[in-house]
Amino acid sequence: MKRLIAALAAVTVAAGLTVAAQAADKIRIGTEGAYPPFNQIDKDGKVVGFDIDIANALCAQMKAECTIVTQDWDGIIPGLLARKYDAIIASMSITDERKKAVDFTERYYSNSLRYIGKKGAGLTVEGLKGKAVGAQRGTIAALYLQDKMASTVSVKLYDTQENAYLDLASGRLDAVLGDMLVNYEWLNSDAGQGFDFFGDAFNRNDEIGIAVRKGEDDLRMKFNAAIKAIVADGTYAKINAKYFPFSIY
Amino acid sequence: MDWETLIPRIAKGVFYGVALLLAAGIVYGLTRLDYGVMVAYLDDLGRGALLTVELVAISVAVGFCIAVPTALLRASPRWWLSWPAYAYIFTFRGTPLLVQIFLVYYGLAQVDWVKDSFLWPYLREAYWCALIAFTLNTAAYTAEIFRGAIQAVPAGEIEAAKAIGMSKALMLRRVVLPRAFRICLPAYGNEIILMIKGSALASTITLLDLTGMARTVIARTYMPVEIFLAAGVIYFLLTFVFTRVFQRIEHRANRYLTAAR
Repeated sequence: MKRLIAALAAVTVAAGLTVAAQAADKIRIGTEGAYPPFNQIDKDGKVVGFDIDIANALCAQMKAECTIVTQDWDGIIPGLLARKYDAIIASMSITDERKKAVDFTERYYSNSLRYIGKKGAGLTVEGLKGKAVGAQRGTIAALYLQDKMASTVSVKLYDTQENAYLDLASGRLDAVLGDMLVNYEWLNSDAGQGFDFFGDAFNRNDEIGIAVRKGEDDLRMKFNAAIKAIVADGTYAKINAKYFPFSIY
Repeated sequence: MDWETLIPRIAKGVFYGVALLLAAGIVYGLTRLDYGVMVAYLDDLGRGALLTVELVAISVAVGFCIAVPTALLRASPRWWLSWPAYAYIFTFRGTPLLVQIFLVYYGLAQVDWVKDSFLWPYLREAYWCALIAFTLNTAAYTAEIFRGAIQAVPAGEIEAAKAIGMSKALMLRRVVLPRAFRICLPAYGNEIILMIKGSALASTITLLDLTGMARTVIARTYMPVEIFLAAGVIYFLLTFVFTRVFQRIEHRANRYLTAAR
């Protein structure tokens, strides 16, 4: 019995120490893993992409030990609130609606929205009336379609951006509205041949930030300082150049 | 006081303590919910529920019509009749419904001759793809339920039908199928309930059924607990009403068996 109590005590102390160590410098980062080139699963099953490179650079800057957790997009904010991870680095636009649920850091890149559709089909934004337009559920593109276009076009919402592209390629969709940089990547892929941007880019002040739980200002400030530091020391530019021939900051 | 009497007492105390804490936690949680948002989006959820009911009703009805002949083929002693039916049932019972939906929706859309065929106007609609996948899936399960019931018809009743000179078709119509139908009712009701809940997968191919609508609302409100709870209650009500109706049917169909008691 005595031995059992001693063992239990040892386990308790060890567990307590681990928790303390975790609190010090371990950060769990939530991302989606289906949003190339920002975050996607490679053929070895690892999460890679711009978001992941930035996350790693920030963690190196902050001298923190980070683990990446993947989570479906429409559960990504609930997952943060449920403490499954401590920050979201998943190309999330900073919006007023989301600010009600989470706090954001300063931007780590900026984006805009732009339609894509079949090349040479003579598509225009005005001519979308009655056509099927897709977007990923829960993105600002989806909210834009639901709020501004739902009365004139047939809006289809997808679980992932990739599924929306699949339906564009199959002909079920006439157009996809999405982040310009993500659309740019798809247009450059094999599947995207035969498709092109149409209409002007809009919502240009779309800033992408890191989301943390409300009130966790300590972590948020650390991220802000780290973003500033990697932009200043050229790490950011190096990562940027891996993905885009132009600056996206 | 020795350990043997103390341990059950402690266990009991712990059990009630945990139960009480849990109950208190649930009640506290329920008082913290934002009921306004549930009410605000009730209209949307209702429309989603209608689509869910429509999808389930059509696929179960058509599935029934496919299941009866499939079950008869499956129960046939001739291998070239029973094997194809078995292969169909095995395929659809052996793979997840989600995979079947994805194969019908995204898979068929990758094949060029499907896109050029007269079926494309239907297959391009998520609605028809969901109906096709649901129907084929539920038909396979139902066929297997019917097959079991057909084989469970008491041998004495079949012998009696043969003894009075019924033809095979007449025996099937008057004895085997009506008896099998009554035997399988409880299992069949279970399958329909599974279908009501399985229909939530329609939300993965852009359909705004109850789950799809709930997820779309959550993407806007970031209130998963409230909205999923509301959706869960609606699913519960759907299955509750269905169970009640089915109990009635079951009671009526098997009246001659229960009346004697």
